[in-house]
Amino acid sequence: MSYQELVDSITPKENKWKNIIVAFFSGGVVGLFSELFVSLLDVNVMLIIWIVIASILTGMGVFDDFVDKFKMGVIIPITGFSHSITSSSIDYKSEGLITGIGSNYMKLAGSVILYGIVSATLFAILRGLL
Amino acid sequence: MITLKFNNSYIKSWYSIGGVDEEKGNIKDANKYMSDLYYGEKTHEKAEIKMIEEVIRTMKKDNKVDLIVGGNLSNQLGTMNMALRDINTSFLGLYSACATFTESIIASSSLIQNKAISNALVITNSHSLTSERQFRFPVEYGSLKNCYTTNTITAAVGVIVSNEKSPYKVSAATIGGVVDYGIKDVANMGAIMAPAAALVIKEHLSNTKTTPLDYDYILTGDLGSVGITLLQSVLKDDYGIITDKIIDAGSIIYKKSQNKCAGGSGPTCLPFAFFNRFIQDKKIKRVLLVGTGALHNPTLVNQKNSIPSIAHLIEIEVNHDAN
Repeated sequence: MSYQELVDSITPKENKWKNIIVAFFSGGVVGLFSELFVSLLDVNVMLIIWIVIASILTGMGVFDDFVDKFKMGVIIPITGFSHSITSSSIDYKSEGLITGIGSNYMKLAGSVILYGIVSATLFAILRGLL
Repeated sequence: MITLKFNNSYIKSWYSIGGVDEEKGNIKDANKYMSDLYYGEKTHEKAEIKMIEEVIRTMKKDNKVDLIVGGNLSNQLGTMNMALRDINTSFLGLYSACATFTESIIASSSLIQNKAISNALVITNSHSLTSERQFRFPVEYGSLKNCYTTNTITAAVGVIVSNEKSPYKVSAATIGGVVDYGIKDVANMGAIMAPAAALVIKEHLSNTKTTPLDYDYILTGDLGSVGITLLQSVLKDDYGIITDKIIDAGSIIYKKSQNKCAGGSGPTCLPFAFFNRFIQDKKIKRVLLVGTGALHNPTLVNQKNSIPSIAHLIEIEVNHDAN
């Protein structure tokens, strides 16, 4: 048996199905409220509400505990995006506005923006062609 | 690998500061615990500097210190160097990740053995949140942790190694080498470090012609619950050594209810647990301390390289009738 196989056999496995189910429901609840906000208010207002809520909860230091409990259900919606930017900004605040927050606030969210724009562009082109 | 013998190197005294979670854990006898992780400072890095300064000041007050030897996890030993700015004492900064403590004891004992110095202060520290930020994610970021990860403990420990006789003699040491078994999972530090620990233990036993039965226990630094099982497997499969004498300091630092996954990690795990708990046992005669370090470099890991590790071992002989 190779060392990697030995490691795999000893390392405890995450209960993936439990995580999936938790994320399904927690993400579903976020979606449900989003629908409510959209029908009562507006799509943009809904996005702003979530961004502000997640950002404030991150600043209060409780959002990471939510992630622990509700798994990816609160990371995949825009709440996760807001959370990653706020948490990076808090971390790098001590390094100044330019070298700290400015150059690091997108540290985790940068990939989301970059590949979001790339895939949106690709699909927009595809849709234009069809 | 080389094994060194020392005949005039003793551990005279120690001082330790623990963090918030450490106070709630199983190690209750540190000299002081922090009330919060900022420790009255503006940043966690400054809190870390303050911890080191405090340990150095306390130790220098009661002891003559010819040399300070030590290190921590901070990049370029940043926080350690900051803390030493006004100390005006010779300083050797060392880095072997979480094996830094045993490495520093080896360095200072060697200088004492050569009669180059008579007293050295060995210092090491770690801070859970500065490490989190440096090696992993922003502090407030809710990254989902695997159930086998370890948490860097918050603590600072200073130890005086001296040529004056004391009950605790550093009698031998084996300097380990870098080992790489190809593990790439940064969350599984125990799996990365277990082979290095196994190698240094085997080398020490064969170089000193002893068996695990000659020791009261073998205390490893921060393998965690996964790493300790792997260490036993590697010792048995690769080196034919079967023993139940291995205890892992990292695994016992926190209580189960604290939700700390596989336990604590960091260079202070080993001295924090040993000097604030294990050493109180008056029955122990001879123990091995194995510092285990995962030589984790985030850039190299992101470039898809595996993570090497290193372990250094020291042997402590306890004799309460020495004085």
